Amino acid sequence: MTDLIRIMGVNAAYADAIDSDRLEDWPAFFTERCHYRVTHIENEQEGLPAGVVWADSRAMLADRVAALREANVYERQRYRHLLGTPLLLSQSATEAVARTPFMVARIMHEGQTQLFASGVYQDRFVVEGDRLLLAERVAVCDSTVTDTLMALPL
Amino acid sequence: MQTPDIAWADSLTRVPYRVYANESVRQQEQQRLFHGATWNYLCLDAELPEPGSYRTTFVGETPVVVVKDNDGEIYGFENRCAHRGALLALEKAGRAESFQCVYHAWSYNRQGDLTGVAFEKGVKGQGGMPAGFCKEEHGPRKLRIAVFCGLVFGSFSDDVAPIEEYLGDEICARIERVLHKPVKVIGRFTQALPNDWKLYAENVRDSYHASLLHLFFTTFEINRLSQKGGIVVDESGGNHVSYSMIDPAAKDESYKAQGLRSDHERYRLQDPSLLAGFHEWDDGVTLQILSVFPGFVLQQIQNCLAVRQVLPKGADRSELNWVYLGFEDDTPEQLTVRLKQANLVGPAGFISMEDGAVGGFVQRGIAGAADEQAVIEMGGSDVASGEGRATETSVRGFWKAYRQHMGV
Repeated sequence: MTDLIRIMGVNAAYADAIDSDRLEDWPAFFTERCHYRVTHIENEQEGLPAGVVWADSRAMLADRVAALREANVYERQRYRHLLGTPLLLSQSATEAVARTPFMVARIMHEGQTQLFASGVYQDRFVVEGDRLLLAERVAVCDSTVTDTLMALPL
Repeated sequence: MQTPDIAWADSLTRVPYRVYANESVRQQEQQRLFHGATWNYLCLDAELPEPGSYRTTFVGETPVVVVKDNDGEIYGFENRCAHRGALLALEKAGRAESFQCVYHAWSYNRQGDLTGVAFEKGVKGQGGMPAGFCKEEHGPRKLRIAVFCGLVFGSFSDDVAPIEEYLGDEICARIERVLHKPVKVIGRFTQALPNDWKLYAENVRDSYHASLLHLFFTTFEINRLSQKGGIVVDESGGNHVSYSMIDPAAKDESYKAQGLRSDHERYRLQDPSLLAGFHEWDDGVTLQILSVFPGFVLQQIQNCLAVRQVLPKGADRSELNWVYLGFEDDTPEQLTVRLKQANLVGPAGFISMEDGAVGGFVQRGIAGAADEQAVIEMGGSDVASGEGRATETSVRGFWKAYRQHMGV
C-alpha cells in the first residue's frame, strides 16, 4: 500500500530521525540504489543537475553521516522539520510519486532559532517487502542562498 | 594615505584585525579596490549564449549588468538608471532587446547608452525635459570588459593593465590548462558567509590550513603536504595557484607525529565511487586552486570544476557564488562523476563546508581585538612561488596586492 497516511508516517519518522540527532537512521529511509539531492528552484527550473548534496546510493548517505560525525567541523546545531501534507501525484500498489512542502528551522548551540530552509520534497516512494522506502528524494529549496553551511541533511 | 585608525606594520606578516570590521575601510575598498585598477570576475561567456543574453552581478557592492550585443561583444555597465538610480535589470539573467527602467521608463541599449527618456518632449506641450538636456551626457558608468578563456572580467578603471598582464603568464597558463574547451554550467549555488569578504579571499589562498581543517583531503590523499605540488604567486601577489599531484608512494608521518586531529585511519568510504574519477589531465595535477585578485577562484579538485566569486555584502557579510562546471562534450558518465565529486565542495561540501564557517569564527573571535594583529608568518615573510604548501606565502601575497591598491 502507498496511501497518503502511510507516506505521512514515513515523512514524520524521517524528520524525527534527523531532528532527534539519529542521523545513523537516516539512510535506512532510502532504497539501496536511490537518488537524494539538495538543490534549489532556479537550478530545477533551468534543468541544472548538480546538488549541494548529491547521492545515488544508500551507502553514500551513510558516508555523509560518517563524515558529519567524524570528519567535518561545524558548530553544534539541530533542525526542526515541519512537513506539509504530501500531494500525491501518482500512486500504485508498489510506487507513489508525491510532493511535500517543508520548512526547516536551524537551532544553533548558542540558542537562536532561524528559518534555515523552505522548499518541497519531490519524492518517489517504493514498497520493498513490508517497508515503504524513498527511491528518490529531491529537496528543492525555495532560496538559492545557504546560510554559512549545510551540515545536517534536509 | 594611511587608512584612518589602522596601523599597518611594515611587514606583510601582520594584518590589523580592524581591517576586517571597519566602515571606512569598507568604503575605501569600494572606491580604491573594486572601482580601482582591478579586474573583477563577472560571469562566464558560456552564460551569455546569444545576442541579448544578460546576467546581473556585482563589482564589489556595485550592481552591474553584463550583456552580449548583436556584434557578439560583451558589454558591462552599472545596473543603475541615470535618472533616479533605480535598478535597470531586476532578474539574475535573461534576454533583452534593451533595458528599460521600471520607475520612469528611461531606456538603454545593450551597451548602456541612454536612448530614450519617457515624455522627453512633454505631453501636449506641457512638461518635458529642458531643450538642453543631452542624453549622451547621462548614463550608468560603463565597465571595460575582458574575456579570458571564457571568463568575463570587468573593470571600472581606465588604468588597469590588460587582462593577460594582470593575470601574469603562469596564472594564464594555469587557467588555460583547466578551461581548455567549451564549458557547460551544471549548477549554481550561493553561500552567505558571516564574515568580511577578505577572510574568504585569504582562506582560498591559505594552503596551510587545507590539510589541517579538512579531514577529507588528508584521509583520501587528495591533499597531503608531502604530495608533490606547490604554490605559484604572481608578481602582484594578488593572484595565486596552489596545486598538488597524488603520490601514492609517499607516506606522511608528520600528522601522526604531532597528533593532529586530521589523521583518521579508521575512516573509509562505504561508497568509494564518490572519489572514483576519470583521467582528464595528462600533467597529473589532481588539485588546482587558483585565485585572481580580488574575488575570483577557479577550482579543479580531481574532475570537480567550479568557479567561485566572493562579493562583499555590507559589514561582516559576504556572499560566495559557486558555479559548477562540466564540459560541453562530457559523456553522461563523466557528468555523473562531476556531480558526485561536487559533494566535496559548496555549502555542504565534505572539504569546503568548514570554509563557510571558519571566517565567521575569526570575525567573532576578533570582536574585541581591533588593536591586535593576525600572524601570517608560516614559511617566512616574503611572497614567492615555491614547492611545499606549509606556507602562508599566498596569503601575504593577497595583502601585498591589497595594500598596493589601497595605498596603505
